[in-house]
Amino acid sequence: MAERRFVTSRLPGFATVAILAFVALYLPIFTLVSFSFNGGRAVNQWEGFSLHWYGVAWANTAVQDATIRSLFIAVMAALISTLVATMAAVGTTRRRRFTGQTFIYAMINQPLMVPEIVTAVALLIFFAAIKVATGYQGLGYLILAHSAFCVPFAYLPIRARLEGMDLSLETAAADLYATPWHTFRRITLPLMAPGIIAGAMLAFVISLDDVVITEFVKSGGQDTLPTYMLGQLRRGVTPEVNAISTMLLGLTVVMLTAFFLLTRNRD
Amino acid sequence: MSPAEENAVRTSARNGWLLSAPALVLLALAAAGPLLIVAVYSFLSPGQYGNVVWDFSLEGWRSILYTKDIFSEEYLLADAHLTIFWRSVWLALTTTVITFLVGFPTAWFIATRPAASRPIWLFLITIPFWTNLLIRTFAINEIIRTEGLLNQLLLGLGLIGEPLQILYTDTAVLIGMTYVYLPLMVLPLFAAIDRFDMRLLEAGYDLYAGRWQVLRRVILPIVRPGIVAGSILVFVPALGAYVTPRVLGGGKNMMIGNFIELQFGQGRNWPLGAALSMTLLLIVTTALLFYVRSMNRDGGEGGNG
Repeated sequence: MAERRFVTSRLPGFATVAILAFVALYLPIFTLVSFSFNGGRAVNQWEGFSLHWYGVAWANTAVQDATIRSLFIAVMAALISTLVATMAAVGTTRRRRFTGQTFIYAMINQPLMVPEIVTAVALLIFFAAIKVATGYQGLGYLILAHSAFCVPFAYLPIRARLEGMDLSLETAAADLYATPWHTFRRITLPLMAPGIIAGAMLAFVISLDDVVITEFVKSGGQDTLPTYMLGQLRRGVTPEVNAISTMLLGLTVVMLTAFFLLTRNRD
Repeated sequence: MSPAEENAVRTSARNGWLLSAPALVLLALAAAGPLLIVAVYSFLSPGQYGNVVWDFSLEGWRSILYTKDIFSEEYLLADAHLTIFWRSVWLALTTTVITFLVGFPTAWFIATRPAASRPIWLFLITIPFWTNLLIRTFAINEIIRTEGLLNQLLLGLGLIGEPLQILYTDTAVLIGMTYVYLPLMVLPLFAAIDRFDMRLLEAGYDLYAGRWQVLRRVILPIVRPGIVAGSILVFVPALGAYVTPRVLGGGKNMMIGNFIELQFGQGRNWPLGAALSMTLLLIVTTALLFYVRSMNRDGGEGGNG
């Protein structure tokens, strides 16, 4: 065997485990994606390339409704959570530490720390009482719930962006007699825009993917794509579910790639 | 401080609160606030058709561990509940250990790639991290079911005579959770290893340490904060897992999350469900406090453990 140069950072077997881990991570996803293009009904036997199952999914009104509902909720949740997260980020960065700031951080990050099932149960109880009291059964509950758990995901990139920002432009604007609002509108906001867009995209993806909280909060006939797919499971994983999964997956990958390009350009 | 400065500080703090207020109201309304209602509900009595009756009762908390015998009215240890608790803790811990054993070499591998290709490897870990948990659970379901790829492979290699029934067992839940939570372990480990000064390895080898000694005495102690962070990130969601055991464990192999749901569905015992949720929250909070304490200690020692 050829003598190998002694590389101090090489640990025996580590690279093998790592490559196997990457294969294990991607093989199931690739299998799922490729069988969504399968011509036949079988999910384990290849019967030629076809977009048949995408057609089937597309023609299914339940899937159409769930798609529109998912997108509507995700857009609303992204808008609301990004708006309040942007304000909170401006309020909690680049100023003297004030009393209660730790409390604000804890509140904002709280959805990341409490198990989803516990939040789901809490919202089920709370909203059930409101539903009885007001009679309102609409999508508002889902939008409210999604907006809340999206706040930390929107907040973190915006705060990171703000903390990395230079104060000198804003000082210059103030020196030139710009009003605080004018400075914010014309200097601060454009500078923090990539953080805001990144935060909104993360919030959108997180809302779109949610299963547990939606499953508990939704009223009858309010299925989103993930809860629809979970409900289909009784019939086993069908190629139709594979097709829906692949479309969701594609959307996530596109959003993430955009997110990385946005956050990378900050230099 | 001059009065003017004092005033400015006060204004700044007030603005900070005002700007954070909408986020705080939203979170109080639809995240933190309802948790208090769960705490209250755990001390009430179950209604006949679900929901609660406003009578104070400790029955919800008691029935976590005990069941009342229908005939003798005696309290007996609830074996079924204990089994679910034990299964949840055991599966969550095992998942944490396996993700660490696989995740550490993976994170090390990524951190030691040349600077040009490192972001690509990192991106490859991040994609599954952000991908819908349900989709990934479906994907692993496809692989391990009776006619799935794993069985076909093992049959083809002649390692087994007939397909293994993995789906709807604890093993399936374990495989599934390891699969879906692996990125949560790799990312914090990578962050820790990335900051690790590789010159320390040279120092170790110069002092005649072997690879194993370097790993155990130099690398692991220094990247400990990453190990703790990764373990918490995996253990907490694994303990409260709902989707993965529901899809891969079937109806029988419940974890705490599914057991909680049962109380709000067919079980019609909301106080028990609420008490179980509070118990889960307490366990998770304890784990997080342990994490914070451990971080503070590491910070204080400067990592020369």
